[in-house]
Amino acid sequence: MKKQKKMKPGRLKRRENMMGYVFILPWLIGLLGLVLYPLVESFRYSLNRIIMNPMLGRVMTPVQFENYRNIFLVDTDFVFQLENYLLQTALAVPVIVAFALIIAMMLNGKIRMKGFFRLIFFLPVIIASGPVMNQLTSQGAASIPMMNVQMITGIFEEYLPRVLATALSSVFSNIIMLLWYSGVQILIFLAALQKIDSSLYEAAKIDGGSSWECFWKITIPTIKPMILLNAVYTIIFMSNTETNGIINLISTRMFSSAGGGAGGYGYAAAMAWCYSIVVTLLVVVMAALLMGRKDIYARRAKKFRKEQKKQEKLAKKFRRRGEKNAKRIAKNANKAA
Amino acid sequence: MQNGSQKTQTKQPKPAKQLKPVKQRLSYKGAWKDRLKKFVFGSKEKEGAGKQIVVYILLISIGFVYLYPLLYMISRSFMTVNDLLDSSIQWLPTTAYIDNYKNAARAMDFWKTFGDSGLVAGGPSLINVVICAIVGYGFARYEFPGKKVLMGLLIFSFILPPQITMMPTYAFYTDIGIVNSLKAFVIPSILGQGLKAQIFILIFWQFFRQVPQALIEAAKIDGAGHFKSFARIAIPSAAPAILVVFLFSIVWYWNESYLTQLYVVGVTGGSESTLSTLVVSLKTFDTAYTTAASQSGGTMVSINENIKMAGTMLSILPLLIMYFVLQRQFVESVDRTGITGE
Repeated sequence: MKKQKKMKPGRLKRRENMMGYVFILPWLIGLLGLVLYPLVESFRYSLNRIIMNPMLGRVMTPVQFENYRNIFLVDTDFVFQLENYLLQTALAVPVIVAFALIIAMMLNGKIRMKGFFRLIFFLPVIIASGPVMNQLTSQGAASIPMMNVQMITGIFEEYLPRVLATALSSVFSNIIMLLWYSGVQILIFLAALQKIDSSLYEAAKIDGGSSWECFWKITIPTIKPMILLNAVYTIIFMSNTETNGIINLISTRMFSSAGGGAGGYGYAAAMAWCYSIVVTLLVVVMAALLMGRKDIYARRAKKFRKEQKKQEKLAKKFRRRGEKNAKRIAKNANKAA
Repeated sequence: MQNGSQKTQTKQPKPAKQLKPVKQRLSYKGAWKDRLKKFVFGSKEKEGAGKQIVVYILLISIGFVYLYPLLYMISRSFMTVNDLLDSSIQWLPTTAYIDNYKNAARAMDFWKTFGDSGLVAGGPSLINVVICAIVGYGFARYEFPGKKVLMGLLIFSFILPPQITMMPTYAFYTDIGIVNSLKAFVIPSILGQGLKAQIFILIFWQFFRQVPQALIEAAKIDGAGHFKSFARIAIPSAAPAILVVFLFSIVWYWNESYLTQLYVVGVTGGSESTLSTLVVSLKTFDTAYTTAASQSGGTMVSINENIKMAGTMLSILPLLIMYFVLQRQFVESVDRTGITGE
């Protein structure tokens, strides 16, 4: 079996597979020309101060890492916005994923008008664009009417450190916005839940498992990959919506003609680099948190095998040492004789 | 849960009657308590009514919360200024006042902007569908060297925020003179780098992997080339994926305002380009309305909340109509494309 897998495809097959490149050619050109090249170029920009000159076009003067230094030490907005973004994302991702899971669980049961509810919960995906959300939040239509946001905010401010309090109260005052962002996630969870084999639940129920136990021992492990997918999707969505202050900051800085180290393409490129690194790190951390764990049986089996190997090694060592010793003893005995 | 004595202990049960489910009755002293408990909390076999009621209440209240901004928007957009100031009016306006819509539409130049939006969303979406289908097929069907690396790069380019490549790309587009025109959206989508094209490529990849290899081999024996088997076998079987990709592409392009404003409409004043989408014009609604009102010579009232809501409503109305017409395609999209297949 293993040998067959390792066997190289024949020449005809290989030549045929080259056709794959033909099919992905447009994307490949795009990747090189519109992703990888601009990525490198953007880094080069970030090391320069770029001034738009009506006669000469873009004038670049290399300044090394001055742009990066200015972002963190001179610019008052960037660090503030970055902090805001990080806190908001850190709070929003669990809220959105958990909420989507709860809604999906409820919709997965036997209920009437399932289609109607799905229609409602998916609706925001269609209409929630940045400007629309901005209009709604400015009108105060993004918080639940019956909820006394003022009071909740007051409580938070009294008992929590300021940074946490503002972040939490922003979650509460824009709670509808967060709920609105979970449309796609609900559908993904719903599709995953419907694929779980119902005989698993039946077997668990026969063994006396409650639905609470079923949820933790069957549902969660089965849809774990989907949790990861949704978390990553949420992060990427949150980092690209227009309600996110940081991307607006980058585009205003890009066209600001301040020139003196606080604007222009180079400065904006440096900002974008910092921002991208933060986003990528967030995704990586999230993936590591949710993906790394194997289930307990696999871990135990691995541990057992490791232990076994260790024992074997030890036994081998002892045996060899025993042989060695026996030889030496024999030698000594010979000498003595 | 203990069951009382069963009533259905007939002496000679007929075989036909035995097939019917045996209804268990609890008929001992104090049985009504257990019966109530069973009714509300349910047993292992059946969900209780209490749980059902809780689920319905939760779903309906969350559904209301979901719809609240939309209802708020609709109700506000029909109110007059007097209704807005009248504290006794919460939801229902005194009259269906459509002047808000008229004024907002005038400020946004609705029909022209609507046409532009259709163009900006529709054109690149069509190209997106074609290119993503081709690329997805290439990834699904062929085992070429370096495929894993390229797939990794695909996902990497999805995670990467577009801001990082924005400045060099903008500079490049300015140099070749396609900025502030639709070409700035068309060219990336031809090269498979349209808006969220990575997701679409993955959807098609997932879909085409399910096409049986035997089918394609049979076509090859019958003399079909690579492109012919793609066009004749893969494409017809991918109709649901094509529809989903097309719809989502339209929605995402329609709602994109950041990149649209940068590349297509133009940031500095917006006078360079003749194109403008509804969502972008909503962004600059306040200033646009003020200038329109001053030009109209007093026929337009000054801006208020209701007009803003009417403008917002106008910008999402086309999508709302599309959503309610094609609701099934949207709601079942995730099931159809099998994103959760693995």
